[in-house]
Amino acid sequence: MAGTSTMNPVARARMRLHDGWTRQPRAVRLLFVVLLALFFYALPLMRPPILTTQQTDFGGIMFSSAALALVAVGLNIVIGYAGLLDLGYIGFYLVGAYTTGVLTSQHFQWPFFLVLPIAIAVTMLSGVILGAPTLRVRGDYLAIVTLGFGEIIRLVVTNVEWLGAAAGIKDIPHPPTIGPSPKPPFGDGGLFTIPQLTWDGLIPSIDPDRGTRFLVFGAVDAIPYYWLILTVLILVMIGDKLVKNSRVGRAWEATREDEDAAELMGVPTFRFKLLAFAMGAAIGGLSGSLFASSQGGYINPLSFPLLLSILFVAAVIVGGAGNRWGAVVGGVLVAYLPERFREFADFRLLVFGLALMILPVYRPQGLLPPARTIRAKAAEKEIELLEEGELAEDGVVASGTTSGMSTTDDETGEGA
Amino acid sequence: MNFQFLFDNFIGLTVTGLAFGAIYALVALGYTMVYGVLQLINFAHSEVFMYGTFAVAWVFVFFHGTVASTESLGASLGLLSVALVAAMLVSAAIALLLERVAYRPLLTRNAPRLMALISAIGASFVLAEAMGLRNRFAAWVGLDDDLDNYVAKARDVYPNPVTIQPQGLFTVGGYTVKDVDLLVIVAALLMMVALDQFVRRTRFGRGIRAVAQDPESAALMGVNSTRVVQVTFLIGGLMAGAAATFYMLKIGATRQNAGFILGVKAFTAAVLGGIGNLRGALLGGLLLGVVENYGAAIFGTDWKDVVSFVLLILILLVRPSGLLGESLGKARA
Repeated sequence: MAGTSTMNPVARARMRLHDGWTRQPRAVRLLFVVLLALFFYALPLMRPPILTTQQTDFGGIMFSSAALALVAVGLNIVIGYAGLLDLGYIGFYLVGAYTTGVLTSQHFQWPFFLVLPIAIAVTMLSGVILGAPTLRVRGDYLAIVTLGFGEIIRLVVTNVEWLGAAAGIKDIPHPPTIGPSPKPPFGDGGLFTIPQLTWDGLIPSIDPDRGTRFLVFGAVDAIPYYWLILTVLILVMIGDKLVKNSRVGRAWEATREDEDAAELMGVPTFRFKLLAFAMGAAIGGLSGSLFASSQGGYINPLSFPLLLSILFVAAVIVGGAGNRWGAVVGGVLVAYLPERFREFADFRLLVFGLALMILPVYRPQGLLPPARTIRAKAAEKEIELLEEGELAEDGVVASGTTSGMSTTDDETGEGA
Repeated sequence: MNFQFLFDNFIGLTVTGLAFGAIYALVALGYTMVYGVLQLINFAHSEVFMYGTFAVAWVFVFFHGTVASTESLGASLGLLSVALVAAMLVSAAIALLLERVAYRPLLTRNAPRLMALISAIGASFVLAEAMGLRNRFAAWVGLDDDLDNYVAKARDVYPNPVTIQPQGLFTVGGYTVKDVDLLVIVAALLMMVALDQFVRRTRFGRGIRAVAQDPESAALMGVNSTRVVQVTFLIGGLMAGAAATFYMLKIGATRQNAGFILGVKAFTAAVLGGIGNLRGALLGGLLLGVVENYGAAIFGTDWKDVVSFVLLILILLVRPSGLLGESLGKARA
């Protein structure tokens, strides 16, 4: 394996895993992925001991983790692929949520699944409207412009009466229930009940008091929402993979690495940056829309603080910008950790801050950096070693050169 | 839309706008200097400022207790200068600590710049939360009774016990200029001039400019870049401490998250003027303060922040590198 000799043990193990994975037949890989997905669908029902949160509803935490993972995957397109630091992503999330709120409850009574694509389209449009003038601005200037944009949108919804102002929008409808709708106190609705597990130490048993009615969306149980958003997440990730591996994805990467060079090589960088912005915005709007209809069905401007926007960015970068699995991991961690440690209630943000400070020291590329970054770093280190050791034995230099030069042209470098 | 109000109170709005703008500008200096030298947004600078505001409040509690005593600015000037020194020291200490703990480990490892941003966000959380939990920490060491006045109601608004009554000094065009506003504007301007001269004329200032322009060449020429970065943070902290004193003078209360919005504003001011440029920070801060005040007069206070961000976006569209878009490194002596 080219360049592996200078990697640290963790990276080398990951590369080996990655190579082993790509060598498996397609059917085996597919089977494994399906099993993994099934595991995640079943997770909130299994309520495994250490993972389960005691003081808050586990299904709800799973929902918010998956929701943040979805946001992170969307933001990863903007930050990780196209290299545009967007601190105002909350703005798109908000636009999606408010479009849904206005069209389903505040001024119109349209059904949720009709509004969902409209919300996505509106957010995408807002991404283009923001991006078209501002994408000429680069780097940290872009960061502050987007931050300002997020704040403007938040302040507008706080002050415009038509959008509910500070009171927000309530009674946003849930997605329609599949099967008979619940009629309390006699019928639970849905198609059937799936029992949940309860654990006594490490011994699971079926909990007769607790069950999830299959596909009843409502304020009572978050698990159907979790299933919905997990499905959406999987679809988005498939789409993300296709786009990333296409001409568009390569254009993004070229733009991120060196904008001027990419432009000179004939990549219309502005158009691709705008596309990244619009696609990221669309996914943000999608998750905002799902958020608006989830559970309580209530949104107000306080649901979209600027801090949340910064947490989104933290999720992407902690996970490893440029790797969609990294984004998922980062999103889940940022949503899950503070809830898991709720017993430290007051101190959880302090601990979270410390974690954010410690992580960059030990994992400067994020938890799951893209495979290409790992290889590039290893190759760089190897070249550096070669330059320093040029006076060393010829044999070492020669063998080192051959392995150092043959890096990553044929491999797509995709994160596992 | 209330243009009449703007015309009637034009001078008053301008003066108070300038006073707020001067505070923004002082905080913005911390952002702009660190950006000039390290090319990164020091997200935790707002917390440096916030610790300064608490230092001011604590000095007042220490000398006066929590009994509200209302004195004029002149009579309080001594107390105020003690508070100023304390706030500058505390803020500078926090800024240096920040550099040591949150930045240097990353810089020595050549971590990507985005990671330094994450570390700064983490540090910002830690600092704000530590201040919000000060009563809990005091209880751990059993000092909560002794420190009651200092740690009380950790997450609530912490008022400044000594309310200093602003007094009118002289009248311009029907508006009586208050001593508080005048003091803030003049003091901030003096500090800016002093800092500007420091960066332009002294040996250390030359070092800062050299590192800002080209860190590697500067290192080759014998500039101790670690020391330069430290001094940059130190100066940023000192200025944030001064800003904190003026802020307490004008607003008179703080809380553990007081820095956040002000930090965003100050950073906006820095970008507006052209980040990395000291004079730009002054211009951006004053402009932001004044325009924001006019905007609040015309559209109502609810739209104050919208006005400042719209201004930011408009200016960046016309001049993508800020008003005075040259960097710290290019400023010639």
